[in-house]
Amino acid sequence: MKFVSEFRDPEAAKILIAEIAELAADQPARKFMEACGGHTHAIYRHGIESLLPDSIEMVHGPGCPVCVIPMGRIDDAISIASQDGVTMCCFGDLMRVPGGSSTLLEAKAKGADIRVVYSPLDALAIAENEPDRNVVFFAVGFETTAPSTAITAMQAREQGVSNFSIFCNHVTIVPPMKAILDSPGMELDGFLGPGHVSTVIGTAPYQFVSREYGLPLVTTGFEPVDILQGVAMLLRQLDEGRAEVENQYKRVVRDGGNPSALKMLGEVFELRPHFEWRGLGFIAQSALTLKDEFADWDAEKHFELPGVRVADPKACQCGEVLKGAIRPWECKVFGTACTPETPIGTCMVSSEGACAAYFNYGRFRAKKRIPVTTE
Amino acid sequence: MSAEDDRNKVLARIEEWRLRPPKMTDEVITMAHGAGGKASQALTDAVFRSTYGGGELDRLDDGAVLDIPDDSSVVFTTDAFVVTPRVFPGGSIGDLAVNGTVNDLAVMGATPTWLSVAVVLEEGLPLAELRTFVADIATAATAANVTVVAGDTKVVERGAADGCYFTTSGIGLRKNDLSLGAEQVRPGDAVIISGTFGDHGMAIMLARGDLNLDATLNSDTASVHQATAALMAAVPETRWMRDPTRGGVASACNELAVAANVGVSLFEETFPVLPAVSGACELLGLDPLYVANEGKFIAVVPAAKANTAVEALRSVDVSSRATVIGEINDEHAGMVVAHTPFGGSRIVDMLVGAPLPRIC
Repeated sequence: MKFVSEFRDPEAAKILIAEIAELAADQPARKFMEACGGHTHAIYRHGIESLLPDSIEMVHGPGCPVCVIPMGRIDDAISIASQDGVTMCCFGDLMRVPGGSSTLLEAKAKGADIRVVYSPLDALAIAENEPDRNVVFFAVGFETTAPSTAITAMQAREQGVSNFSIFCNHVTIVPPMKAILDSPGMELDGFLGPGHVSTVIGTAPYQFVSREYGLPLVTTGFEPVDILQGVAMLLRQLDEGRAEVENQYKRVVRDGGNPSALKMLGEVFELRPHFEWRGLGFIAQSALTLKDEFADWDAEKHFELPGVRVADPKACQCGEVLKGAIRPWECKVFGTACTPETPIGTCMVSSEGACAAYFNYGRFRAKKRIPVTTE
Repeated sequence: MSAEDDRNKVLARIEEWRLRPPKMTDEVITMAHGAGGKASQALTDAVFRSTYGGGELDRLDDGAVLDIPDDSSVVFTTDAFVVTPRVFPGGSIGDLAVNGTVNDLAVMGATPTWLSVAVVLEEGLPLAELRTFVADIATAATAANVTVVAGDTKVVERGAADGCYFTTSGIGLRKNDLSLGAEQVRPGDAVIISGTFGDHGMAIMLARGDLNLDATLNSDTASVHQATAALMAAVPETRWMRDPTRGGVASACNELAVAANVGVSLFEETFPVLPAVSGACELLGLDPLYVANEGKFIAVVPAAKANTAVEALRSVDVSSRATVIGEINDEHAGMVVAHTPFGGSRIVDMLVGAPLPRIC
């Protein structure tokens, strides 16, 4: 099966678009939140919003783990990276995230040894190949990426690699979803549930959305046909008066999740009492830290961190965008002081941030296109 | 035999030795090779001139005197090459050094004719490696029908450069009455690409070995002159051409949109992208539109001539997969918009920073 082309099939998409239009015509205006940053990116990348009826509004949630890292933690990372003998490894997305006054990219240009890796295991390999370097992996991500960090920690311990540690900023998806649903004035009609997080945690953890809040949730994939099908399934539930958790992404997500990945998470991580989320404030039990058995590989136990809480710049409205309370263009500085080249907040830096996605892809609403001469 | 005769014999032997061309026996580049003395001359003779010398270059003057026909204008361009790794599937820094400059001339509607090759070498560079690059330059120059008429060599201390850096400048000739430029572009015109895009950038990324991806992906480095010449012959009304190197097709189209103050629409279902390239891009979160090319060009032609243009291009090897990928409009001047196969659309902006892959 050719995953990319089959789930981008224009014919399948046309059928779903028609179905959505039909269902939406008989319903009041609907607001659906997609929690996952990958969904935000995909929606804009494939121009899906321009295909949905005007009565359907997609609200972009806080599912971008890079976007929600507070500036103070970036400053902590820069402080670690700037120390002698340290090699910091991180994903590419993190390089331009603004801290209080600088970024990892700037620190690298000033001489810090910061390297982009595609997996934490790459960082461990660097530590093994360069025993005189003190290698730190800047771990970010929801439950999607936490298992690979867990495997890496376990391998480091097994192989006795002593020049490797992890600066852990993993977060979990359910607490911010609850925080948003509890926000006064939130008027959502349904959720496009996280895709890849669900491959790890399954669909059971989302039951609270339908049971406690009476809203439908559909775990959805990332291709255009997936997203359209997810929206159609939400509309159908509303049409039939149902509020259930459904799984559209069955080819990748099992309802029971990935038990061995979950077991690994339980062995390596524990929940922090609370953690600061950019724009959402402190949320209890929402982030992971390494267990005591892995203290030797916990960067926070090896390095003195400034640990300063940096307040968001006054002009920045990332918090409201992350909650879905305002749309990107409703932010006072969107497109003027805050652009992809000069980002003020993380929503504009990460390519999955709602503001960056909208700025890069969605600003323009195309008129119906005129066919060109082709052979 | 008198002492006088002995002495004369020795002096004659010394004279003979002094007149002999210096031999190149070193295995690595040393600081002496950059000093301008005998070692430099040995390097120039044994490596550069012996590989692509002849004609003007062999005169060893301070400059090449070139004859410009009366009906032609001179097109002049320059490019520096610092690619790493220096050898990759599909070519080397030597190939890029020639084709990169040749292609800049070709898309200006000129016939690439003369090249200069300047190189900065790092002390310690193995001579064998330099020889392969110089051989690649010779092969590429022959294939592109250009002559190297000037050159320079410098050597810097170990660590002051990464292996070797090349700079090539090129001169091409084009007929005086040629009108090619962004100001010629009009709404309704067709946008054509000469073949698959994203090949070079992805080949380099994979060749760097940072990613454990197994794929057969070759750089597309090649001279496009045969193709541009065929296009200009078949469609003299061609408006504008550009080679989409760093920043890819997206950047070239954005430059056009701004320079000509027109809108550029691209149609995703027409994009010619090799499966290996789109697969690697998907995995890394990159968009082929932004990935560098070294053997392709974009051309804008009047809509009525689009079929003729594509046919002419497809008859040439280097542009055998030429295809129309978009059109010019006046709906969104200064902007490039891509249309998805099912009617959606998105803006294709200028690249900001270096491409950063998504994490989740």
